[in-house]
Amino acid sequence: MGTPRETAIEFVGVSKFYGEVLGINRVSLSIPLGITGLVGPNGSGKTTLLNLLTGLLRPTRGTVKVLGFSPYEPESLFGLVGYCTQYDAFPKGFTGYQFLYSLLRVHGFSRVEADELTCSALEKVKLIDASKRKIAGYSKGMRQRVKLAQALCHNPRVLVLDEPLNGLDPMARAEVISLFREHAKNGGHVIISSHILHEVDMISDQVVMLNGGYVVAEGDIQGVRSEMPEHPIQVLIRCDQPSRLASRLFEMDHVVEVKIQGDQKGLLIRTRDADDFYLRLNRAILETEIEVETVAPADEDVHSVYQYLIGSDGGSA
Amino acid sequence: MSSSAPLIEKVRALPWGLWARQGFGVLVLELKRNILGRRSLFVLLLALAPVALFGLLVIVPIPKEAVEGIGGLNVMYAVYFRTFFLRLAVFFGCVGIFTWLFRGDVLEKTLHYYLLCPVRREVVVVGKYLSGLVLNFTIFGISTIMTYFLLFLPSGWGALEGFVLSGPGAGHLLAYLGITLLACVGYGSVFLLVGLGFRNPIIPAVLIWGWESINFLLPPFLKQFSVIYYLESLCPVPIPEGPITILAEPASFWLAVPGLIGVTLLVLLIAGLRIRHVEISYGEE
Repeated sequence: MGTPRETAIEFVGVSKFYGEVLGINRVSLSIPLGITGLVGPNGSGKTTLLNLLTGLLRPTRGTVKVLGFSPYEPESLFGLVGYCTQYDAFPKGFTGYQFLYSLLRVHGFSRVEADELTCSALEKVKLIDASKRKIAGYSKGMRQRVKLAQALCHNPRVLVLDEPLNGLDPMARAEVISLFREHAKNGGHVIISSHILHEVDMISDQVVMLNGGYVVAEGDIQGVRSEMPEHPIQVLIRCDQPSRLASRLFEMDHVVEVKIQGDQKGLLIRTRDADDFYLRLNRAILETEIEVETVAPADEDVHSVYQYLIGSDGGSA
Repeated sequence: MSSSAPLIEKVRALPWGLWARQGFGVLVLELKRNILGRRSLFVLLLALAPVALFGLLVIVPIPKEAVEGIGGLNVMYAVYFRTFFLRLAVFFGCVGIFTWLFRGDVLEKTLHYYLLCPVRREVVVVGKYLSGLVLNFTIFGISTIMTYFLLFLPSGWGALEGFVLSGPGAGHLLAYLGITLLACVGYGSVFLLVGLGFRNPIIPAVLIWGWESINFLLPPFLKQFSVIYYLESLCPVPIPEGPITILAEPASFWLAVPGLIGVTLLVLLIAGLRIRHVEISYGEE
């Protein structure tokens, strides 16, 4: 249906106002290949950003380019982009099969192609058995899956997903996430907006954090975390002699806090210099012969970064 | 000649086949979703009400002294066709179906599915318009044929055979069908645009109806800015004009038909430009 002119998705100085209400403001972003998680509290501008990316909204200022195309070149762009929106609405009276098949015919596929693509998409989202039933009789999870099938059915390069995990049970979530991973592995973009932070954390190669219409951070989560010197990095160490290790670690001037865990089998350290900390930790372990079970960063995840940057509980975002 | 050649080549090179397939896809999708909808039922009632009324005439025929034979029935049908059928039934039938083509999509939050397809927006407009046209003309075309036959049926088979099937009646019926089609074509395009541009299309629809209704009172120049003027100009049987009617020369066939089609194309072009700038903001509806 079309060949990409470029590989990136670019926002340059994009603002969107709804009358006097701010949607997003002065957003400049370059979204590379892979899975990009879009996180932020309600009203932060996530859906506005996705709608601007797909041309459902027009920016008040700035430009958007998707694989080198403007979102206002639908004939070229939408063969390459699939968007699973937040709108839980379908044409009345349609079955799952009819819905996808009809849209693929609007895409311009022949009857045979549309039939094949419809069946393939319904199989991908595990909805083939219910394909002849009316969508109106589907459960919330099934409707979510048929929406995903609509976004996937024409094999787009860019998958844009607004809260795609809503209404899915844990099994379906795992299946859908593996679909996204496969899509990214095959050289596609997956842009996923979700309030389920641990899932975003689990699947995203990079994140874009939004708050109040502004991008507050972007990049891979470790990179974003390392650019927050005001929040010392937390490291969890599980070992057999936490008190002894704690006394050694306190010798490091960048360690600002050490907490021994209640079960006396571990300690939580806060340090302002993670690189030096890890280097000297190795030395301390070797010298003291303390048996260390695990060493893991405790706040290099989306949830923690979200809390530091946005200041609320990610779970309620 | 030489300057127009590259233009013709460019036009030929456009993906007409793809657009036709996509437009047909939109048409079929729209027919599927609208054919059993409440709006279609409303249009069906509008079209079937006169059929039921004319059916009553088969059971309780009009007294022979009340109408002057076949000629009288002919004028009676022309009066019905111009005053009720065109001005009310077809007009509001088009309001019901065509304003809903885009407005319905917005209210049901499904317009984005079209906007996310790799299809020219104008193709969506044309596909939707044609679906409304097919639906409306099928319903009102059938109503036209049925009412016509039901009116002449009580006069007996001889009259029916002599006037309708072998006589001028067949030509009249074809003309009425053609006018019904043109009415759907003209009003359809206007109400498609109204549905695209207004949150409450009823207000502009009523205003347009008011303008069309007072057409007989308008000076000849202003009459030209209404659809009904061209439709009535094409009617095969003249009807007696009222005492307050301001008379005007009817438009010729060659002005009325291409004129209505031309205006329709222009309105569809405007709708095509309008939809290019449509944004999805269902939350505000």
